[in-house]
Amino acid sequence: MGILDHAFLKSLWVFHLATGSCNNCDIEILDCFTPRHDIERFGMQLTGSIKHADVLLVTGAVNRQCIPRLKRIYEQMPNPRLVVAIGECALSRGVFVHSYNCPLPLDHVIPVDVYIPGCPPRPEAIIAGLIKLIEQKKNPKDQPQA
Amino acid sequence: MPRTILPIGPYHPLQEEPEFFILTLEGETVVDIDLRIGYNHRGIEKLAERQAYDQITFVVERICGICSTSHPFAYTQAVEDLLSIEAPPRAQYIRTIVAEGERMHSHLLWLGLAGHFLGYNTIWMWCWKLREEILDVMEILSGNRNNYAMFKVGGVWRDIREEDIPVVMKKIDSIIPTLEKLHKAVMDDPVIHARTKGIGVLSKEAAIDYCTVGPTARASGVARDIRKDCPYGVYDQLEWNMIVTHNGDVFDKVAIRIGEMFESIKIIRTCLSQLPGGDIECLVKNIPPGEGIGHIEAPRGECFHYVRSDGTNRPVRHKIRAPTFMNLPTFKETVVGGAIPDAAIVLAAIDPCYCCTERISVRDTKGQTVYSGEDLIKLSQKKTEQIKADMGR
Amino acid sequence: MNREELLQHLQERFSDAIVGVYEKSAKRIYIQIQADSLVRFAQFLFKDIGARFNIASGVDGRTQMEILYHFTVEDIDLVISLRVILPKTQLEIASLTSVFTAAHWIEREIHELLGVNFVGHPQLTRLLLPEDWPEGVYPLRKDYKEWDPNAIRDRGV
Repeated sequence: MGILDHAFLKSLWVFHLATGSCNNCDIEILDCFTPRHDIERFGMQLTGSIKHADVLLVTGAVNRQCIPRLKRIYEQMPNPRLVVAIGECALSRGVFVHSYNCPLPLDHVIPVDVYIPGCPPRPEAIIAGLIKLIEQKKNPKDQPQA
Repeated sequence: MPRTILPIGPYHPLQEEPEFFILTLEGETVVDIDLRIGYNHRGIEKLAERQAYDQITFVVERICGICSTSHPFAYTQAVEDLLSIEAPPRAQYIRTIVAEGERMHSHLLWLGLAGHFLGYNTIWMWCWKLREEILDVMEILSGNRNNYAMFKVGGVWRDIREEDIPVVMKKIDSIIPTLEKLHKAVMDDPVIHARTKGIGVLSKEAAIDYCTVGPTARASGVARDIRKDCPYGVYDQLEWNMIVTHNGDVFDKVAIRIGEMFESIKIIRTCLSQLPGGDIECLVKNIPPGEGIGHIEAPRGECFHYVRSDGTNRPVRHKIRAPTFMNLPTFKETVVGGAIPDAAIVLAAIDPCYCCTERISVRDTKGQTVYSGEDLIKLSQKKTEQIKADMGR
Repeated sequence: MNREELLQHLQERFSDAIVGVYEKSAKRIYIQIQADSLVRFAQFLFKDIGARFNIASGVDGRTQMEILYHFTVEDIDLVISLRVILPKTQLEIASLTSVFTAAHWIEREIHELLGVNFVGHPQLTRLLLPEDWPEGVYPLRKDYKEWDPNAIRDRGV
């Protein structure tokens, strides 16, 4: 692992994107940054612009109006980039699988690195998922699948 | 003067739903605002038509994560109106407790974000820390932090255990001192007064014309609260006050929400202390053809559901009206004419689901000024700093 | 004015416009009215009675389209629903935007989801559906069929 990768994994800056979610996952993500859970101790920070971000957290059952915007935001992201799908909607669209406005699951639109299930996942689960992502990137051979 | 077009959204880094505002500016003054929604449209009304009545409560719970009790509450009211039945008293009490707990966590969440928009991140952290206590209470009562899954047609799914009541009471009591401290900190702060008083005023006439609901209407002096006017649950059997103010500005909306939290604590305490025994649900065999309407007071205002049945196990039509649908168009009244640094807090004041007030991408550079990135929220925070410096604090 | 007085007053004042009255319960009344009398009915309820406009619901039937305009009179805890029936061949009704601003959004919503034309609405454009949604496809109608061949409807497990 080079110095760049080492630095990269030390301080992941996350950008959060809701693509037609019910806010619950979004609130739980924000909860991770508040005093009780305090994910900043792992060097993670919310950033206001996708161009500063290392990780894209996506929530919600991607709806038609969001698909082009989601792709555009993903393209604007600098390399190396990671994508985390949070919540049942981002994984399989949950109860919205038959909705006329949600035609595709998230991983058919952009590639996804980690899936965190739950409706909504607890902040502990989100933290665990992100830590697993870091561990896997550090030792890609030890843990084939996070 | 050249006009600048300032698009806000559709993505906002802090949280929640995407929405898209287009502000037109002359200098620092907002002269026009246009809205584009639909980034969150999931066709739930259509989805409800393919679900059985018991399944719909779980679908409507996922309309909004913050109002995950209000929508099932309104929906069960609508189906119970269709059936002309009422849930047993114990179920009504449990419903009221859960609904008030949700109101508290929703108002705290809003207050924290309002603090963030004004540049007071301390308030944000405080409020969200306090909110965790309420989520703990909800977890004890319902087993879940957010989507409570308590409501069913004719009652509730889950009973409150006797041994949990003292634990919950103790937790609720422990919230009060912090909440009072927060109340004083917000209400006595001259900077918050300067930033929110007289800002984003919604007149009483406009509030009636737009048919606004909830705290947005009550801040403008429209004394309407579904809990008082069209009582449901056990609200008519309890002692509590409806909080009404008359200025219609952002400060009044803050004051109403803080006041309502204290009323909610009162309601939860009374309900837990006089929780009656008995069944928690009544038997519902089948749904006859007909139609029903349910409306309840969600944290943001009236939540309205209309259900039409044709006698099968699925509704023919399920119309859902969330409170923000009526409150959102008032931006045309409140933002226009104000200064751009105030737009962030005014857009957040109705508790819309806050979206977008932060992330901006410049779309049009015909005018001279170009705002980029998170300038809007920075402008807002800078104004607070300026006021602080002027006051010598 | 209590419930009975209000109902009697409505029946006298709009005797030519009311098709039928259905009193569901003490708190709910459904009044079916002629489509052309909607504006003055709504005007009376909103301006004179002080009712609050809740929302309008469009219901697609086999042969006709129903639109229900829900009003709440909070002083007497009563929800009045005005029912208007439109034939499928002529889906047109007068807009209520001249009476209250609150009708703007819901009329745009019904227009795009059910295809009803509101005559006199100042800005009858899309509200919820995306820009690339095909014209003439109304998702809330009963005969709506999946139009997108690329849509995936299984959960992939």
